[in-house]
Amino acid sequence: MTEVPAPARPTDRTMTIEDVVGRLESGMTIGVGGWGSRRKPMALVRAIARSDLRDLTLVSYGGPDVGLLCATGQLRKVVYAFVSLDSIPLEPHFRAARQDGTVEAVEYDEGMFYWGLYAAANRLPFLPTRAGLGSSVMDVNPDLRTVTDPYAGGEFVAVPALTLDAAIVHTNRADKRGNAQFLGPDPYFDDLFLLAARHRFVTTERIVPTGDLLRDAAVQTVRINRTMVDGVVETPGGAHFTTCEPDYGRDETFQKHYAATARDAQAWADFRREFIDVDEATYQANVRALQGASA
Amino acid sequence: MTDVGNATAQTSAVETSSTATAMNVTRADVCVIACAEAFRGNGAIVASPMSTVARLGALVARWTFEPDLLISDGEAQLLAEPVPLGSEPNAPKEGWLPFRDVFHVVNSGRRHVIMGATQIDRFGNQNISALGDWRQPKVQLLGARGAPGNTANHATSYWVNAHSTRVFVDKVDFASGVGTDRAAQAREVARHHHLPFVITDLAVLDLHGPGATMRLLSVHPGVAIDDVIRATGFPLALPDDDPAKVTTSREPSPTELAIINHLDPKGLRFHEVPRPEATT
Repeated sequence: MTEVPAPARPTDRTMTIEDVVGRLESGMTIGVGGWGSRRKPMALVRAIARSDLRDLTLVSYGGPDVGLLCATGQLRKVVYAFVSLDSIPLEPHFRAARQDGTVEAVEYDEGMFYWGLYAAANRLPFLPTRAGLGSSVMDVNPDLRTVTDPYAGGEFVAVPALTLDAAIVHTNRADKRGNAQFLGPDPYFDDLFLLAARHRFVTTERIVPTGDLLRDAAVQTVRINRTMVDGVVETPGGAHFTTCEPDYGRDETFQKHYAATARDAQAWADFRREFIDVDEATYQANVRALQGASA
Repeated sequence: MTDVGNATAQTSAVETSSTATAMNVTRADVCVIACAEAFRGNGAIVASPMSTVARLGALVARWTFEPDLLISDGEAQLLAEPVPLGSEPNAPKEGWLPFRDVFHVVNSGRRHVIMGATQIDRFGNQNISALGDWRQPKVQLLGARGAPGNTANHATSYWVNAHSTRVFVDKVDFASGVGTDRAAQAREVARHHHLPFVITDLAVLDLHGPGATMRLLSVHPGVAIDDVIRATGFPLALPDDDPAKVTTSREPSPTELAIINHLDPKGLRFHEVPRPEATT
């Protein structure tokens, strides 16, 4: 009578923020999940900001991820359809970088951007769309080509695949294997960012046993499966100061504080010392201290 | 599409006017009604207003004459019923519409958006990307957002809360939203291109002037045609070239005004269109 052993365990993909930053290289094209100032992997963005990575290209439905790395001067290029802090419509650090001419820009329509990610996720060279035709997006992106419908003869934009060297996203929950779950209202495009990238990293509010993921949530919330992930990092508060519903909302007071540092060198230097050039635990402690002081 | 151009509506607007004055109708309320009218006849489509006044317009339309409109909660869900501004999170929902599905709706054409415009020209080209040379702009704005795709796919109206020559320019610095001249050059855009209305704090306009240029349809009560012409940085067409055919935008009925006040008890609409001094 042969005893049946327990099934073998899938690989443990947990790592630290520093491990992730160690896997990134200068000059890489990095996709960032979330949308505007919503569920951005800010703990990783902060870790990149205090690293010596440079000449990065960011591909993002842009928020403070873009602004912060514009402010630290680590971006060579941004691929975006907008950059906004939502409750503060214009991202002041991105604005400053654009107006000072310190960052290269590739501006798409939001739907074109989606198509570019979707093409990359499906290993297609491009996808056709009518979005962008007739607009100045075509004028400022002279590399964009059009393609003729082989069936009916219409002309469409061939949005090139937004293939990424690396993707970083933040979720509400994950397990050690790399399955990841969103509990808020919108998955955004996080799964597509991961599918479009060679190196894929998820930060998460909490790593839980696999069996707990679905204890109180529908299976559709586990949008990210472990074929899509190389590393998972537990970073409580890792989306701060952006939203991470239902775990927490946006820290509007902190966001205002961040925004106010854009055209004031001293304010930026102070912000940088207190909230960037510190490890994540110190950052979270400094945020709590600030919240306590203003409460 | 709207009633602003027909004689009956004009008469009824005058009739409600006396009642309305007693009810303290503001310019903001007239603008809300103009935005609501933009959705008349739209049926079961997603109404996507990008500002307070336009949102109130969509909600009033949904409440009264366009019950089939779908309106989001501002995040990823569709409201089952029109509810006051700010109460969306706890309101009943009828569907899920995360961002990526919005683009499927966009591509399907079943949407009417009312966007803002930092600049708009006589052909309805809209700029929300950048002022000055895009390569190194004088002023970086939001970015094109969904404007190119919106204008290539479905009805796109504009709401401008401060009608001035700074907004209504001869030529936009960047065409985020595609105007009628540019659409005519791109067949796949022209097939679906539709800019129903441009609504401002002074007037309601459309793109049915000569050569698909901007035309003045109605002025809000208290606004003269010349006020609008002076605030516009390009020659404005009039219906049949006849100032007498420019009507007066209709005021809300007492019921509509009650609905507006119910939907916006805090008066957030007055941040976009301030109350006149006399009533504040």
